[in-house]
Amino acid sequence: MTLDFSTLLPYLDEILEGLVTTVWLTVATTFVGIALAIVVAYVRDGAPGIASSLLGAYVEVTRNTPFIVQLFFLFFGLPALGVPISATVAALLAMVLNLGAYTAEILRAGIDSTARGQHEAARALGLSRLQSFRHVVLVPAFSRVYPSLISQCIIVMLGSAVVSQISVFDLTYAANFIQSRNFRGFEVYLVVTLIYLLLAVGLRLGFEFVGRRLFAFRQGGSS
Amino acid sequence: MALVVVNDLHKSFGDLEVLKGIDLEIEAGEVVSIIGRSGSGKSTFLRCLNQLEHHDWGTIHLADQRLDGGAMSPGELSQNVGMVFQSFNLFPHKTVIENVMLAPVVVKQTPRAEARQVAEQMLDKVGMLEKIDAYPGQLSGGQQQRVAIARALAMQPKVLLCDEVTSALDPELVGEVLHVLESLAAEGMTLILVTHEMKFARDVSHRVVFMHHGHIHEAGDPQTLFTQPKTSELSQFIASIL
Amino acid sequence: MTDFTLWDIVRNLLLAGRWTVVLSLIAFAGGAFVGLMLTLLRMGGLWPIRWLVRLYVDLFQGTPLLMQLFLAYFGAAVLGFDISAWTAASVALTLFTSAFLCDIWRGCVEAVPSGQWQAARVLGLNYLQSMRHVILPQALRLAVPPTVGFSVQVIKGTALASVIGFVELTKAGTMLNNAAFAPFTIFALVALGYFILCYPLSRYARYLERKLYGAGSR
Repeated sequence: MTLDFSTLLPYLDEILEGLVTTVWLTVATTFVGIALAIVVAYVRDGAPGIASSLLGAYVEVTRNTPFIVQLFFLFFGLPALGVPISATVAALLAMVLNLGAYTAEILRAGIDSTARGQHEAARALGLSRLQSFRHVVLVPAFSRVYPSLISQCIIVMLGSAVVSQISVFDLTYAANFIQSRNFRGFEVYLVVTLIYLLLAVGLRLGFEFVGRRLFAFRQGGSS
Repeated sequence: MALVVVNDLHKSFGDLEVLKGIDLEIEAGEVVSIIGRSGSGKSTFLRCLNQLEHHDWGTIHLADQRLDGGAMSPGELSQNVGMVFQSFNLFPHKTVIENVMLAPVVVKQTPRAEARQVAEQMLDKVGMLEKIDAYPGQLSGGQQQRVAIARALAMQPKVLLCDEVTSALDPELVGEVLHVLESLAAEGMTLILVTHEMKFARDVSHRVVFMHHGHIHEAGDPQTLFTQPKTSELSQFIASIL
Repeated sequence: MTDFTLWDIVRNLLLAGRWTVVLSLIAFAGGAFVGLMLTLLRMGGLWPIRWLVRLYVDLFQGTPLLMQLFLAYFGAAVLGFDISAWTAASVALTLFTSAFLCDIWRGCVEAVPSGQWQAARVLGLNYLQSMRHVILPQALRLAVPPTVGFSVQVIKGTALASVIGFVELTKAGTMLNNAAFAPFTIFALVALGYFILCYPLSRYARYLERKLYGAGSR
């Protein structure tokens, strides 16, 4: 058994290209997915109705099926219905829908734990449900579930390796591509796995950095 | 006509009738303390006055305007009736000044500069001007409650409701909050307080209302009420808290 | 090209679905066993051992499951074994599951109040006795809901075995689609298959959690 990493060197460009794709997919998904989750959580927090039930079904279906199946369903299924979709768009859509569903559920736990007094104070001050959600409920709810949110975003980033299966040139696609050229599968996957690990660490550090600023009110405070 | 006119107010939670027909008139500038045992319906009554609870029967008028039954939007309500809670309920993620400015800016659509001016004025009134950029978590209970009072006042309500505002405070912090309420009373603010502070009820309020089993059992000026209770229920209550 | 009836598709998916179930069971059982060993090592062992377990957990939680599958598959080849997709998937999913369960269970053990440890020590119980008679029974109660919840992740994780060529539900779906080209129907059915497996477990986990923590959470 010998490992030879030097055969990877000619393929630095491919690795870099894949890395860029994985990173931008993750960043875009994080922003859009969290925005989607906020909307879903808001609607589901309100009175029961058709919209609330439909979004509930979306959350449950997404959480109880594999990401790769969701991806195939969108990428192969939508064109068959006459909705053309590129691999990249399908990947982004699948990732956003996935993160949105999980985050909506995470956020819901945070919203549910809002103290009753907060709602009453908001109402006594004349805030509407939407105003109260936006100005009073949302930020503390996020701060309470932030660790779960970080983990979920990392899970989605790692899960994005699957988009290689519909030929999106991400990090994993780059690895498959190199493996098919130099036949050094183990070395390639080991290096790329390490890159994913660094991305996960970086993502966590980034989130924690943002969290310290966003939730500065928690420091030295009890409530 | 009186500023607040409450007519035959009824409220039940399920089978439990908590308010069994409350009639009360409160003049502008009057300070009214509501006392009574827990479960007597006094907090529920207070919460009906700004529609945190919706009563089943009866009417509430404020300055000749119907207040209840959806006659006023939440925004209008908050500009007529302010409320301070037992547990402060400040918004933990907003600084002191942001807490006070939120409703004027969001609900009343006051321009920020103007809202800030009003907020500073109110915070000055409660002696919290120097803590303007602190978060609630960095303040003592008494300080938080003073900010909560400023927050309610910033909507410039005609009446301020106080629901046991000192009950969650350490004894040594009660004084600073009562002091603020006293100065508000002196300025002519209309105050309706549910309170356990009998000394405050006696010294500061113009009228004391004793609630018992969902009724106003006895009411009158504090001196007479405390020294010559007419009913055995009130004399027992007074005896139990002294 | 042969014509596929809906029944043909469903029947083929059901047949392949068996392997999804079998692979899930293997990964879960294997993962639980390895995970338990790791949890005990992490809670009690010497610091280098605790540190190694932590590294193990972080490595599996910080890298894509797909990469773990590839590495198991190609790593075995480097070591000179020619293993089947079936073995590679079982090994990778077992290790993946063990890391997550170890992390979940460690949290549950740590959630038992430290006063319980002290009380056990005061009564003269040693580490293993305290663990066995005092801590684990309490931790177990806490551990059931998240463990059931994680089983859903295991089932969904088996879908990735399709990528290294193991024919389970997802792979059967792509193969059928290549032959019948009815992607919308086929992948909807595949998704339905996973949903039928996962949804009851999700519901059950939520029910257990609510039972454990009272009516506080809805």
